[in-house]
Amino acid sequence: MSRSGAGAPRGRAAALPSMPALLQIENLQVHYPGVAGPVRAVDGLSFGLERGETYALVGESGCGKSATALAILRLVEPGWIAGGRLWFEGRDLLELREREMRAIRGGRIGIVFQEPAAALNPVMRAGSQVAEALRIHKRLSRKAARAEAVRLLGVVALPDPERQARAYPHELSGGMMQRVMLAIALSCGPALLIADEPTTALDVTIQAQILALLRRLRAELQLTVLLITHDLGVVAENADRVGVMYAGRLVEEASVARLFAEPHHPYTRALLRSLPGGSGATAGRRLPTIPGSVPDPASPPPGCRFHPRCPAVFDPCARREPAEIEVEPGRRVACFLHDPRAGAAGPGTGP
Amino acid sequence: MTGAPPLVATRGLRKAFALRGGRWGGAGGAAQAVRGVDLDIGAAECVGLVGESGSGKSTLGRMLIRLIEPDAGSIHFDGVDLLALAPRELRRLRRQFQIVFQDPYGSLNPRMRVGSAIGEPLAIHKLVRGAAERRERVARLLEQVGLDPAAAARYPHEFSGGQRQRIGIARAIACSPRFIVADEPVSALDPPVQAQIINLLFDLKEQLALSYLFIAHDLRLVRQICDRVAVMYLGRIVEEAPAAELYREPLHPYTRALLASTPTPRPGPPTPPALAGEPASPASPPSGCAFHPRCPIAEPRCARTTPPLLAIAGRHKVACLLVGSPDSK
Repeated sequence: MSRSGAGAPRGRAAALPSMPALLQIENLQVHYPGVAGPVRAVDGLSFGLERGETYALVGESGCGKSATALAILRLVEPGWIAGGRLWFEGRDLLELREREMRAIRGGRIGIVFQEPAAALNPVMRAGSQVAEALRIHKRLSRKAARAEAVRLLGVVALPDPERQARAYPHELSGGMMQRVMLAIALSCGPALLIADEPTTALDVTIQAQILALLRRLRAELQLTVLLITHDLGVVAENADRVGVMYAGRLVEEASVARLFAEPHHPYTRALLRSLPGGSGATAGRRLPTIPGSVPDPASPPPGCRFHPRCPAVFDPCARREPAEIEVEPGRRVACFLHDPRAGAAGPGTGP
Repeated sequence: MTGAPPLVATRGLRKAFALRGGRWGGAGGAAQAVRGVDLDIGAAECVGLVGESGSGKSTLGRMLIRLIEPDAGSIHFDGVDLLALAPRELRRLRRQFQIVFQDPYGSLNPRMRVGSAIGEPLAIHKLVRGAAERRERVARLLEQVGLDPAAAARYPHEFSGGQRQRIGIARAIACSPRFIVADEPVSALDPPVQAQIINLLFDLKEQLALSYLFIAHDLRLVRQICDRVAVMYLGRIVEEAPAAELYREPLHPYTRALLASTPTPRPGPPTPPALAGEPASPASPPSGCAFHPRCPIAEPRCARTTPPLLAIAGRHKVACLLVGSPDSK
């Protein structure tokens, strides 16, 4: 996917240097230590985030979507970033000193994790955790930071922020803890908010509240959001563009409307069909499934990583890695079915 | 199922857990997990039980197979009063009702080979004679859940989440049960793996004429395999209906909110949150209808009167003062 370079497939961003993407990831490689050598969790990933958009990165556990989020913050230990470029506001994050990087984490880039209970300090009051970020990044006085923390807890619609600021995390519900996490992430006026499965641990009615809050904050604060999730329902209602990852690579990227209307990659198609309530589901019947299971990232199959499970597999798939093809403006697919040079049935939609 | 006596029947089932201080307010309190549940599950019927965290759905599921002792009420299994059984008789009956847990990582003994984990219930209930027969049965069970019989010699950590859930299912069906409580069996899995496990449960139900209580918080999944659905809120069933009917015409405001909050994989304008606020604590459930503080259509009487679960039409039951009754709308 990647060797063709990151700029090329995303024509829009590359052609207009006057308005660069907020974040441009080029050929990112993230490795983790494994028993038999490094495991390539992310293997040549390129995509960009336009200012003000919500970009969803979707895929199954182990596809590398969370590793990508952590790589943007340079927090991949015990793994390491083995290659690539992470352009953010004109600078390559991988070139920065650790001290400069610390100013970016929680400063220009905020992050919200899946498990707020694990991310918050259990022995520190909610308000103090918000204030801590303000004291470090904005060098506010203790008193000013506390006042600002209460204000921010109000912004994220925590009920009775004055009182809840004094609560410890265990006294708050999951939804309230996620609001506190959001207040911390937003405290220093970030340009980019990374939301890594922000609602996966929450009940649906609370999930709907948090997603609505995210949409409101994005509009009010002109945020760019990288939304990481495995729930395509959440993607459909909340993102502008979507990148589908499989086994460490991006297999398809499109606007949300186009991806759901006409998925190109066989993996994306199978993913959408297998959802209860999705295109292939009929109540009271078996669901369409994808045979087999995701490959072990320590030893991915040769060629296209999806080929052993792909219903449309043909001769080049096992031998070569599919290049990224820009099938229409703003839309790319890494599949030989869409590669006119591969001599497949043609660049149509395949079987 | 109509006409035939239910396989599982509960009446007035209640359970409270004592609390010692902490979040649920002060010493001496009790979380009222289940507050009076009547539920029937027919032979070869799959009943979905949905609700949010703290609604009491897992507690109810576990009481049905006496993993948790109820405080009050009755449970009949195939006409037998489960709460009146002597321990020995209960143990003998246990092979007929099993459970599949949510967490495929926590529910298998990491130091026990897969073959032993699946074969143990067979030995306990003396359903096999000798090691050879047991190995043979285990091999067939593994095949039945879509695993290689060679898996018997391996340990749980060598398997993925979906494979472990298959192992858990093989163990649950080992003794040819008639009823399985599936407690969020796919919540921890990725969607494509969920689809595989849902299909497996669906196939086993058809092949073995199993009854399920399928506990889930994802209404999309429940619709896929359940014949009938019960919706719980703070310890009580608020609505119960054949699955197709519940999704076509949800009556209780809480069921409507749950359905409206479930994101669908279709792009479109985002749905505004259907409900404000959070469920009350089970330690101090609101008076009257427990849903009234969050209910968009609540009236003053909802805080005073507890609505009974009443049949509206056919097998559609709802517990709401404002729907279905003659003076509504």
